[in-house]
Amino acid sequence: MTDLSHIRNFAIIAHIDHGKSTLADRLIQICGGLSTREMQEQVLDSMDIERERGITIKAQTVRLTYKAKDGETYILNLMDTPGHVDFAYEVSRSLAACEGSLLVVDASQGVEAQTLANVYQAIENNHEIVPVLNKVDLPAAEPERVRAQIEEVIGIDASEAIEISAKTGLGVADVLEALVKHLPPPEGDATLSLKALLVDSWYDPYLGVVILLRLREGVIKKGMKIRMMATGGTYNVDRVGVFTPKNVEVSSLGPGEIGFITAGIKHVADCQVGDTLTEDRNPTAEALSGFKPSVPVVFCGLFPIDAGEYDDLKESLSRLRLNDSSFEFEAETSAALGFGFRCGFLGLLHLEIVQERLEREFNLDLITTAPSVVYRVHLTDGTMLELHNPADLPDPVKIDHIEEPWIKATILVPDEYLGAILQLCTDRRGEQIDLTYAGNRAMAVYLLPLNEVVFDFYDRLKSISKGYASFDYDMDDYREGNLVKVSVLVNAEPVDALSFISHADRSESRGRVICERLKELIPRQLFKIPIQAAIGGRVIARETISAMRKDVTAKCYGGDITRKKKLLEKQKKGKKKMRQFGKVEIPQSAFIQALKTSED
Amino acid sequence: MRSHSSGISLYVHWPFCLAKCPYCDFNSHVADTIDHPAWRRALLTALDHFAIREETGAGEKYLTSIFFGGGTPSLIDPATVAALIERAGDHWKIDANIEITLEANPTSVEAGRLTDFFAAGVNRASLGIQSLDDAALKFLGREHSAAEALKALETAKRIFPRISFDLIYGRPDETIKGWRGELSQALDLATDHLSLYQLTIEKGTPFYTRDRDIGLGLPGENSAADLYEMTLEMTALAGLPAYEISNHARPGFEARHNLDIWRGGDYMGIGPGAHGRLTGQKARLATLQISNPANWLAQVEERGHGGVPETSLSKEETLHELLLTGLRLTDGIEATHFCSLTGLTLKAALDDRRLERLTTGGFLIFDKAGLRTTDQGRLCLNTVLGELVG
Ligand SMILES: Nc1nc2c(ncn2[C@@H]2O[C@H](COP(=O)(O)OP(=O)(O)OP(=O)(O)O)[C@@H](O)[C@H]2O)c(=O)[nH]1
Ligand SMILES: C[S@@+](CC[C@H](N)C(=O)[O-])C[C@H]1O[C@@H](n2cnc3c(N)ncnc32)[C@H](O)[C@@H]1O
Ligand code: SF4
Ligand SMILES: [Mg+2]
Repeated sequence: MTDLSHIRNFAIIAHIDHGKSTLADRLIQICGGLSTREMQEQVLDSMDIERERGITIKAQTVRLTYKAKDGETYILNLMDTPGHVDFAYEVSRSLAACEGSLLVVDASQGVEAQTLANVYQAIENNHEIVPVLNKVDLPAAEPERVRAQIEEVIGIDASEAIEISAKTGLGVADVLEALVKHLPPPEGDATLSLKALLVDSWYDPYLGVVILLRLREGVIKKGMKIRMMATGGTYNVDRVGVFTPKNVEVSSLGPGEIGFITAGIKHVADCQVGDTLTEDRNPTAEALSGFKPSVPVVFCGLFPIDAGEYDDLKESLSRLRLNDSSFEFEAETSAALGFGFRCGFLGLLHLEIVQERLEREFNLDLITTAPSVVYRVHLTDGTMLELHNPADLPDPVKIDHIEEPWIKATILVPDEYLGAILQLCTDRRGEQIDLTYAGNRAMAVYLLPLNEVVFDFYDRLKSISKGYASFDYDMDDYREGNLVKVSVLVNAEPVDALSFISHADRSESRGRVICERLKELIPRQLFKIPIQAAIGGRVIARETISAMRKDVTAKCYGGDITRKKKLLEKQKKGKKKMRQFGKVEIPQSAFIQALKTSED
Repeated sequence: MRSHSSGISLYVHWPFCLAKCPYCDFNSHVADTIDHPAWRRALLTALDHFAIREETGAGEKYLTSIFFGGGTPSLIDPATVAALIERAGDHWKIDANIEITLEANPTSVEAGRLTDFFAAGVNRASLGIQSLDDAALKFLGREHSAAEALKALETAKRIFPRISFDLIYGRPDETIKGWRGELSQALDLATDHLSLYQLTIEKGTPFYTRDRDIGLGLPGENSAADLYEMTLEMTALAGLPAYEISNHARPGFEARHNLDIWRGGDYMGIGPGAHGRLTGQKARLATLQISNPANWLAQVEERGHGGVPETSLSKEETLHELLLTGLRLTDGIEATHFCSLTGLTLKAALDDRRLERLTTGGFLIFDKAGLRTTDQGRLCLNTVLGELVG
């Protein structure tokens, strides 16, 4: 237990790639958390996928011991957070566990969309904010301009913002001093009954289920019987510790401290983030307010390419959920793809990452259907249905109207690309609600249907602006829309996995695109195959795959027979269920091909 | 496993060439020196080894054909050819109509030895002419000119009762018109048999790398189909219709050796990389010889045979092989013949639904006589097979 006045808790927040994790490296190094040998770049990004993509996905907590210039030794709990909008839930929970934020702004790029989004969240959490200007070692760095921009766009005092390079270590020592000086120490009474916030939980192969806690009141010790106030579960604490970033056991944790416990908990599902932990025999009267639960906004179907892998997929999804409670899944069947799962995610990057982890960590070959949002379908009988899968849309005669989710998007973009970006937003049915300038960057705030955003909006934004535009969004309201279901027919048979919901005005162009893609992707067959997109019985786009003309080997002597036979056997073994499309049977693989690329 | 007939054939592989053609993935090598007596002894030993196996029916069965393939068999010492033919006659009964083919490259040197091969017992020559156009021959990396080829053909015609020659078409930028001209010239020259192969880009050949890296400008699927269809028409009109995807003959002059193999007959294969198929007690056996020439020679000298461990084919593999080769033939697979080979009727061996789709689609014909491909079915045979049993 540490004296409250000597504790500082802070989250490192920034736009994606502005250098949070690199700064965390330097702070750990200066405070001696890891030896030079143990140090590596972005040491806190421990998952393979984080290291490969160079981004943080999961927030990490580290306790540092810092001897300040005033001669006193402080405990600093830093929380490195992800920058990408899909992982904003990680950021919000970290902010709730701290009193202050270390705001990192890349001095060569300036304020970006997630800089704003994260600062506003920190302000909502009553955080004291210590801004720093990072990457001043870069020739393109313009610390003075960015300093002014922070004041102008965010409205916080940046006159004392320290100029640093997380890469070289320049100025980082001053950051530690500023944290001690400017951030308030936590408050709390060690003599009261235990009250701790459950910030995160995950499954560790060595420790089992691990819980990350922020203590508000009281003390937690090994052997104590604790109770989770929301779920009611009681457990005996068998380990109390902190991450330095290595896990180190401590005898106890007191108010203001952040650390972990293990308590023989079997299922991560028993640990709800935001729950309050207290002592079973001496419970606190009132629980903490907790967190808003995260709500998946993008859904897609995940199917094993090999139907025999269904059980493996199910098992893998359950295992993965242990470390990521923010995605959901439930069983789904598709006429085209067989048995699989409909899964919900916080965004497209989240979707992509879960899919990739399943394929890599669990060695599964998956096929992902086009992402969809959650529609509210109001039926004529007055009931409302939440639709996660376009294929499940009821008969149009039973539908009164459909509502779709809208988002409020903030886009920061250099002036020269503004026109094109505004056009993109208009094309996607966007409504402008604000447009302001900060230096040579414009900030556009738009209301947009989420449906239009999951359909390649982010890629278009990046390509139009050559990568310079940044984008952040919050969910807004549901609104009624002129929405239709577009079915895709291959050889006159509807393919459920390809159907999608679209605004009536955009349905034709989207239908055309998908028909063209399928034509490219489905290899020629013995018979010609019409491909159509249709709304109800009305065909809105059509293409034809002409019949194959020639596919035969010229010679067949000696070894050719053996070779060709092996090919045939391989084909047979590898051949997935054939799907009947009218007169034609198409191997499922052809079509998996089509779905694979249709979300690129 | 039932034995289907009393006949058997012999394939002899000669693995050497004067130069390696850039499209060729056959087991062929360029050697500085060849110890002809050693190769003669080894090939005879390998043949003797087959004769002592029960499945080859030495002393009982008729030998119906011998095929000297390559590589370039016209480089074999004629004495070796003579010795092998003689030795085969010691082991098996010789069919009165035995067909003994030798592949010859049409260079002047080799043309000079054709009489010796005839004297050795060869009664059919297959000339690797490949093209009647000098530019094309150069592109194909051949050692001969068109004029030399014509001369060799003339010589061969004077010597052998039966003659065939090979052409490769579907070369880069080849037009319908260009091929029509070349083919009609070839049809004027042809006597009883022609092999017309569309150029295939095989992995591991210089053409493969060139096509992948810079593109050879080969005809696309549609042009290739047009070329093929025109070939079918012209050869049929000239009285040399296709009896197999790439083989054409005056009726009655089909190459017996290959026809037997494609119909599922037994054959022995000797020489580096030679394959064979024999009907064993329980299953059909696939034999294979070591493919590296030096290693093959060494093993034969040391152990008395050039084989690698052989494999028994499963029922399914046997079926697949029969379909794979039988459906290449215009006459297809004869119902009773199929039955005698597999013990099953065609109907029982195949999936009704798939068969039905392919027959109604106009790719296969299935009737009392048997199962065969239509012209369209043959043109898409790889896919048709995939749909039938893949
Ligand atoms: N030149 C220079 N590069 C830096 C500096 N700080 C970070 N970088 C580089 O910027 C890139 C992003 O750094 P990270 O630390 O992963 O950024 P992050 O903010 O943690 O990114 P997310 O967690 O994905 O939001 C890496 O390539 C770093 O090496 C710096 O001070 N100078
Ligand atoms: C076994 S090869 C060898 C015959 C002889 N050595 C020659 O080249 O003339 C038999 C025939 O196969 C054909 N052939 C070989 N490689 C080919 C390829 N890549 N594409 C098409 N035909 C090919 C040629 O017509 C060749 O004559
Ligand atoms: S001569 Fe015949 S076998 Fe030899 S390399 Fe050329 S094509 Fe191949
Ligand atoms: Mg990071």
